[in-house]
Amino acid sequence: MESVKTTINRRSFLKVSALAGGGMMLSFSWLAGCNPSAPEEVATLPKEWFELNSYIKIADNGLITLMAPNPEFGSNVKTSLPMMVAEELDIDWKDVMVEQADFFPERYDRQFTGGSLAMQMAWKPLRTAGATARHMLIAAAAQAWQVPAGEITTENGMLHHKGSSKKASYGEMASKAAGLEVPKEVPLKNVKDFKIIGNSKRNVEGVNIVTGKPLFTLDYKREGMLIAMIAFPPAFGLKVKSVDDGAVKAMPGIKDVFTIKTLADDYERNFFDTTSFTELVVVVGNTTWEVMNAKKALKVEWEKIADTTIALAGRGGSKQTVTIPAGLESTEGHLAKMAQMAKKPGKELRKDGDPEGVFKKATKVIERTYTAPFLAHNAMEPVNCFAHVTAEKAEIVAPIQAPEIISQTLVARLGLPKEKIHIKLARMGGGFGQRAYGHHLVEAAVISQKLNAPVKLVYTREDDMTYGIYRPTYTATYKAALDENNNMIAYQVKAGGIPESPLGFSQNRFPAGAVDNYLAEEWVINSNITIGAFRAPRSNFLGAVEQAFLDEVAQLAGKDPIEFRLELLERAKKSPVGKQNDYDPDRYAGVLKLVRDKSNWKGANKDVHRGVAAYFCHNTYVAEVVDLSIKENKPVVEKVFAAVDCGIVVNPDAAANMGEGAIIDGIGNALYGEMTFKDGVPQKNNFHNYRMIRHSEAPKSIEVHFVKNDKDPTGLGEPLFPPIFAALANAIYKATGKREYSQPFLQGKGPLV
Amino acid sequence: MAIFNLNINGKQSQVDVDPATPMLWVLRDHLNLVGTKYGCGVAQCGACTIHLGNVATRSCMLPVSGVGNQAITTIEGLSEKGDHPVQKAWLEHDVAQCGYCQAGQIMNAAALLKSNASPSDAEIESAMNGNICRCATYLRIKAAIHTAAKLTTTKS
Ligand code: FES
Ligand code: FES
Repeated sequence: MESVKTTINRRSFLKVSALAGGGMMLSFSWLAGCNPSAPEEVATLPKEWFELNSYIKIADNGLITLMAPNPEFGSNVKTSLPMMVAEELDIDWKDVMVEQADFFPERYDRQFTGGSLAMQMAWKPLRTAGATARHMLIAAAAQAWQVPAGEITTENGMLHHKGSSKKASYGEMASKAAGLEVPKEVPLKNVKDFKIIGNSKRNVEGVNIVTGKPLFTLDYKREGMLIAMIAFPPAFGLKVKSVDDGAVKAMPGIKDVFTIKTLADDYERNFFDTTSFTELVVVVGNTTWEVMNAKKALKVEWEKIADTTIALAGRGGSKQTVTIPAGLESTEGHLAKMAQMAKKPGKELRKDGDPEGVFKKATKVIERTYTAPFLAHNAMEPVNCFAHVTAEKAEIVAPIQAPEIISQTLVARLGLPKEKIHIKLARMGGGFGQRAYGHHLVEAAVISQKLNAPVKLVYTREDDMTYGIYRPTYTATYKAALDENNNMIAYQVKAGGIPESPLGFSQNRFPAGAVDNYLAEEWVINSNITIGAFRAPRSNFLGAVEQAFLDEVAQLAGKDPIEFRLELLERAKKSPVGKQNDYDPDRYAGVLKLVRDKSNWKGANKDVHRGVAAYFCHNTYVAEVVDLSIKENKPVVEKVFAAVDCGIVVNPDAAANMGEGAIIDGIGNALYGEMTFKDGVPQKNNFHNYRMIRHSEAPKSIEVHFVKNDKDPTGLGEPLFPPIFAALANAIYKATGKREYSQPFLQGKGPLV
Repeated sequence: MAIFNLNINGKQSQVDVDPATPMLWVLRDHLNLVGTKYGCGVAQCGACTIHLGNVATRSCMLPVSGVGNQAITTIEGLSEKGDHPVQKAWLEHDVAQCGYCQAGQIMNAAALLKSNASPSDAEIESAMNGNICRCATYLRIKAAIHTAAKLTTTKS
C-alpha cells in the first residue's frame, strides 16, 4: 500500500447543507448509469448534503455526488476522473452522481483538458481525495462506536466493525465526518484491489446525450439574452476600414451594429491569447436566423494590415516577440517558401557523432521530403459563448479547455477582479485543441459589457472554419545512411513550418539515441495565418512522416519494418547514444511486439495490404497496423489493429472508444484533410468543400489492445492519432507501389461526397 | 412575419416568424427544443436531422413555410422515456464522445430502421453517410444500429 500526503486545504472542508432542493433535483438525473429520475426516486431525495472535500458530497441517505473538475470535450473525463475518487472512497458506482465543477481554481488544482494529461495529473490528487474522505468516515464511525479505527472496514459505501457487528452507511456518518480533522497522510489502494478502476463504466452523460438535453453552450438560454455574430475579415491580412450599417440596423430583429476591440493595444498577450482579428464588426439581434441574415447583408470595407510585432509572454515566464507580416498569403507561395527553407541549413537542435562525415562515406543514403497542409479543427459545435457582464461581475458559459489562462485575459480586458469573473464549463461539442484558445470568451464578454445585457455570441460554421487557429502547414526532410550490413548509421531530420516548427520539443525522440550519428534541425516562416494546438500538436506531423520514412529505410535495408524498429530499440536500450532520450525502449518495443502478435503480422490475409507504424508522444506508446484493400480505385481500410501502453487503463471501453476515434480521425485527415489559401482567403468554408471522413470511409473494424501493467495511467486522446497516418501511408505503398509524400493523400483525386 | 401552426412531438405549437426561417432555428430559438443541433446550416453534416412524417430531414434547410401540416418529431419526442430501441442501443454501446452529433445520428438511424428493419453494413453506411461525427464514433454507431434493429424485431 502506498501512503500519500494529503494536500487538500482546509478551506474546502466546509459543511454544505444548503445543497438540497432545486439544484440537486436537476443533477439527480445524472446518476451514473441510471435513467432520468422517476417520481419515486425523486421522493427519496436526500435532505442534507455534507461536503467532505472539493470533490465529494455525501447525502444523509447515502447518495454521493462527485465533482468532475476538468472541462469535458468528449474524452470522457467527466466519467473517468470521478471513477478515481470513487475507487478510493470505496463506494458503489451505482450510488454516484457526477456534477461538472465550474471553474474554481481555489478548489481544484488543474482545470485544463488537453495534452492528454487529465488521467496522469489527476491520478494522485483524485485518489487522495477519495481516500481522505474514506479515512474521515472511518474516524467518524470509530468515535461513534468507541472502537479503534483500524478495526473498521469499508465496502460499497458501508462502514463495518466486525467485533461489535456494528454497521453504518456513509450517509449516516457523513455529518460527523465532515467536522473532523483532515488526516495528514492516507494510504492508497493497491492496484490489485481496484474494483472500479479498470472496469468499464458508461458515460455519465449518456442518457442526457441520447435524449437531446441542453448540455452545450449553444443550447444555453437566459431571459433577455441577445444573439451576437461577428463579420470577420474575409482574408488573413485584412482588417476593418469602415462599416456601412444603415440598412442592416433597420432589418427585423436587429438591435445594434458596432465595432469592438478585443485586446487593449498595450496588452501583453500570453501563449493562449491567439486571436486572428482583434477589431471586430458585431451584429446583435434577437434570434440566430435574423442576425445571420443581417450579417450577410452588412457592408464592410476592408484594408490591408501593416507588418506588426506583438509581445508575448512565453512559456516559463520568458518573453518573446512575434512578427505578423502584412500580405495576402497563398498555399502555392507557402509551398515554394517551405521548399526553399528546406534546402538551407536549419537551427541545430541536437547533434550526435559526425552525421555529415558518415553520410559522405555510407554505402546507401536515402533522403525524402514530406509536406502537410494547414488543418481546420472543425469541432461539430461551432465556437460560441454566453456572457453577461455587468458593472459588478461577469458570468460566462463557454466551451473552453483552458479556463485558467483566459481568465487572466478577461481580468485585464474587463477591468473586473478575478473573483468576480465566473466561468461555467459547459460540455464542449468537441475541442481537439482549438478550444484551448479562449478568444470567444473575451469577444462575448466585451460585447455583453458594451450592451450591458446577456449575450450569446455564435460563430457560423463558416466563421468557425475560416477563423484560423489551424494546425500549421509543415515540411520535413529526412535522411538516413546504411552501412554495408544494412545497419542505420546516420539519421537526420530537418523540419519547419508556417508559422511554427514541428520539431522544437521532439529532437530527443526515437530514433535519437538508437543511432550513432544524428542531427535535428529546424526552421520557421512567419505568417499572418493563426495557428494553435491540434490533436497531438507537432507529433501529428512528425509521427506521420518519420514513420513513413522509417518504412522506406527498412525496405532499403531489406528488413521487416517491425524487426527493423525492434533492432533500433534494442540498440537504444543496450547502449543509448546521448543522455536526453525521452522514451523507454522496452515499452516502445512492447507495443510493437503486441501489435505484431495481435495482427498476426506475417500471416496477413492475401487480399489486404499491410502497413505498420509506432510512435510515442503524450507519454503513451502506440503501434498500429493497417489492413488495406483497393476497391474501385479507392483505398478501403478493412481493419486497424492498435497496441497501446498507457499504463493502467482506468475506463477500458471508453479508452477503446477514444482510440477508435483517434484512428478514424487520423485516417480522415491523412486522406482528405486540408485547408488551402488564395490571397489570404481560406478556400474551404463549410463541409461541402472541407472533406471530413464519413461513415462509409471509416475502417470496417478496429481492435484496440492495451499492454497490461501497473504503471500510472497516461493519456489517450492524442497518442493513437499520429502513427495512423504512417501506417496508412505504408499500407497504401504496399497496395499501389507508390509512396505518399504530401498530405492529404486523396485530395483532388476522389469525388467529394 | 407570419403565424405557423406546427405539429411537433405530438403537440400543437404556434410561432410568429419570417416564413423563410429554417425549422432548425424555429425549434432552437422559438420553441426551446435545442436537442436538434446546428452543425453546418447547409445540409452537409446531419446534426440538425428531424423527422418530417417518417422521413429523416435536415431542418437547417427546411423553411418553416414548407412544413405545412406534416408531423415533426425531434430528438426530444423520439420516445417519452428515452427508451426508443435506438436510444437504448446507443447507451449499450456507449457510442458518444462529445455527443454533439448524436441527436442527428439517432434521428437518422431511427428513420432508417423504420424503412429497413434490418439494414446491412453497406446499407447503414450509405444511409448514415450524411451525418458527420467529428469524434469519429462511426463504428459504434454502426454496431448500435444493428443492436437497435434486433431490439426492434424482438419487440414486435
Ligand atoms: S446543420 Fe443541417 S445538415 Fe448540418
Ligand atoms: S460524438 Fe462528437 S461529433 Fe459525434
